[in-house]
Amino acid sequence: MGIGKEVKKIDAVQKVNGTAKFVEDMLPQGALHAKILHSTIANGLVKSIDCTEAWKVPGVQAIITCFDVPQTEYATAGHPLSLDPNHEDVKDRLILSRRVRFYGDEIAAVAATDPLSARKAVERIRVQYEEYAPLLTPEAAIGAQPLNPAYPTNELARLDFSIEGSEVTWGKASFATGARIAGRQDLVADHFYVPAVHGAHIETNGCFAYMDGPKMVVVTSNQVPFTARRNIANALEMPLGQVRVIKPYMGGGFGNKQDTLYEPIAALLCKKLGGKCVSLIMTREETFVCSRTRHAMDIFTSLEVDGEGRMKKRAIRINANGGAYAAHGHAITAYAVTNYFQTYAAEDVQIGESSTAYTNLPSAAALRGYGIPQLAFAMESQMDDLAVKLGMDPIALRRLNMMQNGFLDPFDHFVVKSCGLGDCVDKGEAAVNWSAKRAEYDAFNKTSKKIKKGLGMAIFSYKTGVYPLQIENAACRIILNEDGTAQIQVGATDLGQGSDTVFTQIASEILTIPEERLFLLSFQDTDHTPYDAGAYASRQTYVSGGAVKKAALLMKEKLLERAASIHGRQAGELTLRDGWIVEEKSGEPLASIAGVAAYMQYCNDHVLHTEHLTAEATYTCMSNTFAFGACFADVEVDVPLGKVKINRIVNVHDSGTILNPQLARAQVHGGIAMGVGYALGEQLLYDPNTGRMRNDNLLDYKIPTSMDVPPMETHFVETYEPTGPFGNKALGEPPLIPQAPAIRNAVLHATGVSIRSLPMSPQNLVAAFIEAGLINEDE
Amino acid sequence: MIKTIHLTVNGRAVELGVDQRESLTDTLRNRLGLTSVKKGCEAGECGACTVLLDGKSVNSCIYLSVWADGHSILTVEGLTKENGELHPIQQAFVEEAAIQCGFCTPGLVMTGVEIANSGKTYTREELRELISGHLCRCTGYENILNALERVVGRKENGTL
Repeated sequence: MGIGKEVKKIDAVQKVNGTAKFVEDMLPQGALHAKILHSTIANGLVKSIDCTEAWKVPGVQAIITCFDVPQTEYATAGHPLSLDPNHEDVKDRLILSRRVRFYGDEIAAVAATDPLSARKAVERIRVQYEEYAPLLTPEAAIGAQPLNPAYPTNELARLDFSIEGSEVTWGKASFATGARIAGRQDLVADHFYVPAVHGAHIETNGCFAYMDGPKMVVVTSNQVPFTARRNIANALEMPLGQVRVIKPYMGGGFGNKQDTLYEPIAALLCKKLGGKCVSLIMTREETFVCSRTRHAMDIFTSLEVDGEGRMKKRAIRINANGGAYAAHGHAITAYAVTNYFQTYAAEDVQIGESSTAYTNLPSAAALRGYGIPQLAFAMESQMDDLAVKLGMDPIALRRLNMMQNGFLDPFDHFVVKSCGLGDCVDKGEAAVNWSAKRAEYDAFNKTSKKIKKGLGMAIFSYKTGVYPLQIENAACRIILNEDGTAQIQVGATDLGQGSDTVFTQIASEILTIPEERLFLLSFQDTDHTPYDAGAYASRQTYVSGGAVKKAALLMKEKLLERAASIHGRQAGELTLRDGWIVEEKSGEPLASIAGVAAYMQYCNDHVLHTEHLTAEATYTCMSNTFAFGACFADVEVDVPLGKVKINRIVNVHDSGTILNPQLARAQVHGGIAMGVGYALGEQLLYDPNTGRMRNDNLLDYKIPTSMDVPPMETHFVETYEPTGPFGNKALGEPPLIPQAPAIRNAVLHATGVSIRSLPMSPQNLVAAFIEAGLINEDE
Repeated sequence: MIKTIHLTVNGRAVELGVDQRESLTDTLRNRLGLTSVKKGCEAGECGACTVLLDGKSVNSCIYLSVWADGHSILTVEGLTKENGELHPIQQAFVEEAAIQCGFCTPGLVMTGVEIANSGKTYTREELRELISGHLCRCTGYENILNALERVVGRKENGTL
């Protein structure tokens, strides 16, 4: 088979017949169950904890409180180690917190023989707090009492700059919320707001820990096992090699399983109990409050064009709500603010300002799209508002200004070598019959008062991996068996997106061994599998795929050399075909791969040095590239109800070469659903007085059901990206970026109302329609 | 308090002592090792724990085990034939790439089996409604609907 084929997922059968084991399915008999005591204030200090009554609950084995934990602060972000202290992740977390920073902060933990006893004991712990006022927004937090003494203003970081040509000048602005960017009279901005939302993967975060002699073994649903191992080792003050992390099948993650969460708590309880197995499976409610959220952002954008619509001035300010702990620090906001100058560039003035604040809300971090869904909503809404103002077609305005092939990224200094953005727009435009449909709806809307129809679109660009900001490397090991089958080991993690399948296709492509004879180990184990930075940044097929390609090529080279030496030929004359070593020109078969493998491993001729044929390679990715795409949304708005019905949604992607079309389409479907949720309904709600999350469950936090998603159309524009292992680039995160602005722009087309915040829920839309005079409240 | 219950699980008669407060999810997972029954919310919101009780789909996380006394339960493990052949619903999930992370899959398969057992055919819109008790965050439901249509689909005009 190989690349470009619709190979079925290698884990499909075990997932459909229920034998695939996820973390909780692997709990050993007799494992203890841990429960957490969460703070009932958002900001303050634990003065004292009394566990007397908790210890009386039968079955309680261990209780640890914030007074018992190691005092070494550690980082939770799932980033590779940065040797540059300026790019190190912020270390601001203890295993349990005395200094309470959000409603739900972890202050004590109990391990008991069963979950109910652990929970009963938690409920009997008495806590005395010194309570401070909750600081829930950047405006409230910045300049107020510090949450982390190392950051006295509560501003975690800033990134401010201006760009001239492709030269970036770094500056240092101060926190601002006004309409004028950089204080300039000519840069008056519109204000957009996007709320915090949640990944809401169906498997909650969870782990268990046990000791095997001196080794601390942690089994966890984590996208970045090697980084989790480092964070756990740091938290427990243990040597790295003494910690072993195992990642079984993972029930979704979307970036929310990139951070180290409760692994150190489980491991510390386990250590206290002499190595007994302790499980800590987060409840759905805990997953909402105590994992990670997408950042809420206030985004201010200012855009000026010349008479023809060419961009002259472009300025943005992003104030992000980072929540209680730094997690990824400013990385996500920085991703967003820089992307504003990548998708489009202006000729004269380009100014960016950005801030991430510590607040008393749950911590924000990675979630599919890494800041770009927020940015795209503001950026692409602004484009359509401007198009209306100019009386221009929104697509024409974009075509004049959007990124082209050859673009030099001013931040990361790479040149774009594949750009199918224009083709994506063309393809989508044709698919929805843009001009005719827009005209048809304009006519319809003239006479229809309650039902309005609209067609909107939005575009995006998204980087692939994080080079050069961070190291981008990955390793793969291929082990050949004497019958010509092979095992493949990768450190990269499949969380449902299908990377394990695509890696198998890559190995098959090069080794000509069919996929069903290649066996990729889906469980990553830091003691067995080679290193990989993990699943994030849509880097898997681009970076880890490069490692599989490199290892497979190495194996091929070994096979040809060994076959040549056995048969007295030159390796350069040989190649692989259908599982055989053949003479390249004539196609004459020399030996099967199985034959060479068996001979090398078992030949007992007292001359030959036997060899178990394995190939291992680390691929260092020294490049980056943009994936692109566009979304077109055809909607019907019931104005009095504020209800948006999506009749049709079309996503067109340039992700370079598509390695598995069926899985690629599936990836886009999931993104569309998540994007529709972001557009129309999802929002984490907090009590403004206490900071307590109000909708920490799947009944009150609505993710789309099968009734809520529209029929989906997916198209690809296949460019060839020369830096990708097979011309491929990012596809994991991009699919959910453009829906919210496309739907918003369709609502704008339908109603003429410029929506500036998400979600476009009925209540929010009705409020906007009343304000715009579309709904007469007296009627 | 522990109570003894008798039920049929995947075709096998079992006698179990269960805590009266115990959910059917916990009984199936912890006492019978049927870990295909997933826990996504334990509040009847996500559908990952769906099993068939006398052929009807139920959220086993909000169904007490003592209520199952005298009834018949089917989980995904019970669909497996000796020759490893998959149920047509399972096969359709594989063919249509209706599986990503796989966590919601066993529950959705059981609802699919319930639908298939009805002996009727359904339009895509009807299928959307029938599976709306299941949350999936990976697939957008598109390929799950495609898979179900393969087995029980009917076009709007009544043709297959």
